[in-house]
Amino acid sequence: MSQFNEMYQGTKVRPPYARLEDWVAAMPQELRSLKQAEAEALFRRIGITFAVYGEGGDPDRLIPFDMFPRVFAAAEWAKLEKGIKQRARALNAFLVDVYGRGEIIRAGRIPARLVYQNEAYEKAVTGFVPPKGVYSHIVGIDIVRTGPDEFFVLEDNCRTPSGVSYMLESREIMMRMFPSLFRENRIEPVDGYSEKLRRTLASVAPKKCQGEPTVVILTPGHFNSAYYEHSLLADLMGVELVEGQDLFVDGEYAYMRTTEGPRRVDVIYRRLDDAYLDPLCFRPDSMLGIPGLMDVYRSGGVSICSAPGAGVADDKAVYCFVPEMVRFYLGEEPILNNVPTWQCGKPDDLKYVLDKLPELVVKEVHGSGGYGMLVGPKSSRDEVERFRAKIVEDPGNYIAQPTLALSSVPTFVEEGVAPRHVDLRPYCLVGERIELVPGGLTRVALTEGSLVVNSSQGGGVKDTWVLAE
Amino acid sequence: MRLTVDHVTRYHYDRPVRSVVQSHRLQPSAFAGQKVTDWEVTVSGGTRGASFRDGAGDMVQGWTVAGPVSEVTVRVQGTVETVDLTGVLRGHKETVAPECYMLATTPTRADTALDALARQADGGDPLALAHSLSALVADAIAYMPGVTHAHTTAAEALALGEGVCQDHAHALIAVARVRGLPGRYVSGYLFSDADGQAHEAAHAWAELYLAGLGWVGFDPANRCCPDDRYIRLGSGLDAQDAAPIRGIARGGGMEEMDVTVAILQASQ
Repeated sequence: MSQFNEMYQGTKVRPPYARLEDWVAAMPQELRSLKQAEAEALFRRIGITFAVYGEGGDPDRLIPFDMFPRVFAAAEWAKLEKGIKQRARALNAFLVDVYGRGEIIRAGRIPARLVYQNEAYEKAVTGFVPPKGVYSHIVGIDIVRTGPDEFFVLEDNCRTPSGVSYMLESREIMMRMFPSLFRENRIEPVDGYSEKLRRTLASVAPKKCQGEPTVVILTPGHFNSAYYEHSLLADLMGVELVEGQDLFVDGEYAYMRTTEGPRRVDVIYRRLDDAYLDPLCFRPDSMLGIPGLMDVYRSGGVSICSAPGAGVADDKAVYCFVPEMVRFYLGEEPILNNVPTWQCGKPDDLKYVLDKLPELVVKEVHGSGGYGMLVGPKSSRDEVERFRAKIVEDPGNYIAQPTLALSSVPTFVEEGVAPRHVDLRPYCLVGERIELVPGGLTRVALTEGSLVVNSSQGGGVKDTWVLAE
Repeated sequence: MRLTVDHVTRYHYDRPVRSVVQSHRLQPSAFAGQKVTDWEVTVSGGTRGASFRDGAGDMVQGWTVAGPVSEVTVRVQGTVETVDLTGVLRGHKETVAPECYMLATTPTRADTALDALARQADGGDPLALAHSLSALVADAIAYMPGVTHAHTTAAEALALGEGVCQDHAHALIAVARVRGLPGRYVSGYLFSDADGQAHEAAHAWAELYLAGLGWVGFDPANRCCPDDRYIRLGSGLDAQDAAPIRGIARGGGMEEMDVTVAILQASQ
């Protein structure tokens, strides 16, 4: 499998990386070790950690940071940006449609069962159009690259994609450690993200809101693996970080408890799942959540971002139909392609998948974080056979994709610098306007040859540069 | 018929609670089978939230009661003109797709026994099939109060062979889904005895979605389709999803609930 190294074309350095060649060459081994230690100390000091589920050990484990940046030329980014915004628009149009008239289903472009019998479809919000017609306000689209001009979308995250704090902190740390790099290269800034996020959230305040909207971030609490991110975003936006018990419903509105008495809340950027929003609507056994919140939401007293029910658009079985959404709602051809996907729920697809299992990547439809997946070429025969049994037992729960030759970027490793596979998660903001800061989260698989970049599976992060024209 | 409703629910807490939040589906549905003459819901010490009509066509009304409070009374009083549409839910505005009601929940999931029961039904067209399913459920689960409880599943009720209207409705939804018919739980009121003290005046039944007819009610507990003795309030995937009153009390003691329902025929 030929692999695309983003820095080199043959033996020639590709233009966006031109100045990095000298930078690496001029950095002696001792300085590199020193800098790496400094970066780690900085990350530890700011407290940015990511719990690794299922591995035990320290839940506040530091996520590895690699100092070698990942670089996009202006023209490369321009195309990506168009494709990402197009996709975010289509996903939101789909959500408004399936909670409304369901035109795409009536037109036979997506099976009714996939939508209406989906666990993530919220019957409770049918017939409701959220302010500005937006369900997913922060769309995290996972993209991989296989060639100079070949990008594929791996999956969409329409609920509460995490990781943007790494985009912000990686940049901050790189600028502090290597100021000269930022003088020599014209790198687009990413620090406008928090202000754009605040504007996006404020732009979807309910009609009943008067004056400047009060925005809060609702977190499940400090035991959550992304708690650092919740508090960072609250700080940067200058808004309150609250937990369920800090909010309550009274009459037509939702309020937060403050030392100066109750204060009305207009927009809730929630970083927890639908099931924990309101025990009256979703999970009566849940002590989390705010009783009565959904009634206030449905009657236009408060906005919830992402809107309850947004998850039906990022289901892995629905994913197959996103290009169709782009054509149906926007009348455009998709700029970013999907990875070809077989749905094991279809008999023909299942047969193919079982035949070719050792060559494929298989994922659970509702899984995330790199768990419950099989990377055929990287698995033992035993692992493949065990997974085969799981698929046969519940085919509808699995999709399969070819193993892509993911691009790689030079990465600092024990022996020096070596290519490692990467992906990209940009964060598209959708409110009154659609905005995308030039950059995102580049995840890197630090193990040689590994294709799993999930931070929950021990992957690392890199600073992502977009160069100005 | 012209039916009057007096439905009182009293919540008592052994220690005062900090707050009570409720979500009501206590408005009679708007459809050709019933017309509200007057209707009032009150909550002692309550503040009314904004109401809205949800996708299933139900009017939803939120209430909050600020504590400390040790007793909350919800009272529903009103008069409804009903006509017999032989179960057909004609003229009801809703946006939820019928396919949404193909989703099984814990109380409505079919086990092998429900699956087998469903396959006994015969009927050339959906309507005949639905009647057959309803009769099978009525035969398999005898009306017997006190045997089942709020969280009994359809499978458990069938195994017991006894239950109340909630169990009948859950079982009918389960077997209908096996046969490819979307089914949902309906909560409401039933007038039956002259003194108004009908068994299960606060009643529940099921609606099945039949091609060509739309949603049609079936009441296995009374072996009939809802007629002018029935008042329809709201629907859902199961009893919990269709509950006329959902509520939660925070920061206090144990809750006790006491319900009285009187449905009377009003003089003309």
